[in-house]
Amino acid sequence: MTYRVGEPVAVAGRAHSGHHRTPSYIKGKTGRIERVHALFRNPETRAYGDDGLPEVPLYLVSFARSELWPDARDVAEHRVFVDVFEHWLEDAK
Amino acid sequence: MVRGVHDRGGLRTDEPIDRSEHALEDWEVLTDALAGALARRGLVNVDELRRGIESIPPAEYERASYYERWLLSIETILSEKGVLAAGELDRRAAG
Repeated sequence: MTYRVGEPVAVAGRAHSGHHRTPSYIKGKTGRIERVHALFRNPETRAYGDDGLPEVPLYLVSFARSELWPDARDVAEHRVFVDVFEHWLEDAK
Repeated sequence: MVRGVHDRGGLRTDEPIDRSEHALEDWEVLTDALAGALARRGLVNVDELRRGIESIPPAEYERASYYERWLLSIETILSEKGVLAAGELDRRAAG
């Protein structure tokens, strides 16, 4: 587990045409580790008949609403929580 | 960035969100049970099911209901694995 609770992290902005569990609206955005879930099989390979090993760490990451949708002025500030696998996370600049 | 048809979280829309509920039809309950049975047999896992849904052509994805997408995906995955022969479902459905 590379990241600890409370650490700021950036989500990779890379394109990925195959199955993956990282929604576009968090790509390239910065959030904060809220929870270290556990190790899970990798859905990106398991979706194509592979066993999904080795297992990869999954985190609960929170994002400020204003980070994800800076132009949405009609909604109050709140945080959005998304499960993100470690290989989609980078050190926040 | 290329965005899959399913990857729509956070997209802007002016259309009202339909929050109405509906009772599930028998075939929808059976489809859920079928996916569970196939997973327990090790034939289709949840990541394959999702990948199959995401690979439905966009126009068909938009037309299909939630469990129709599951059925299309199950057919795709089982056909890939040779559990279903090409055209087998259509032939059986035709009786």
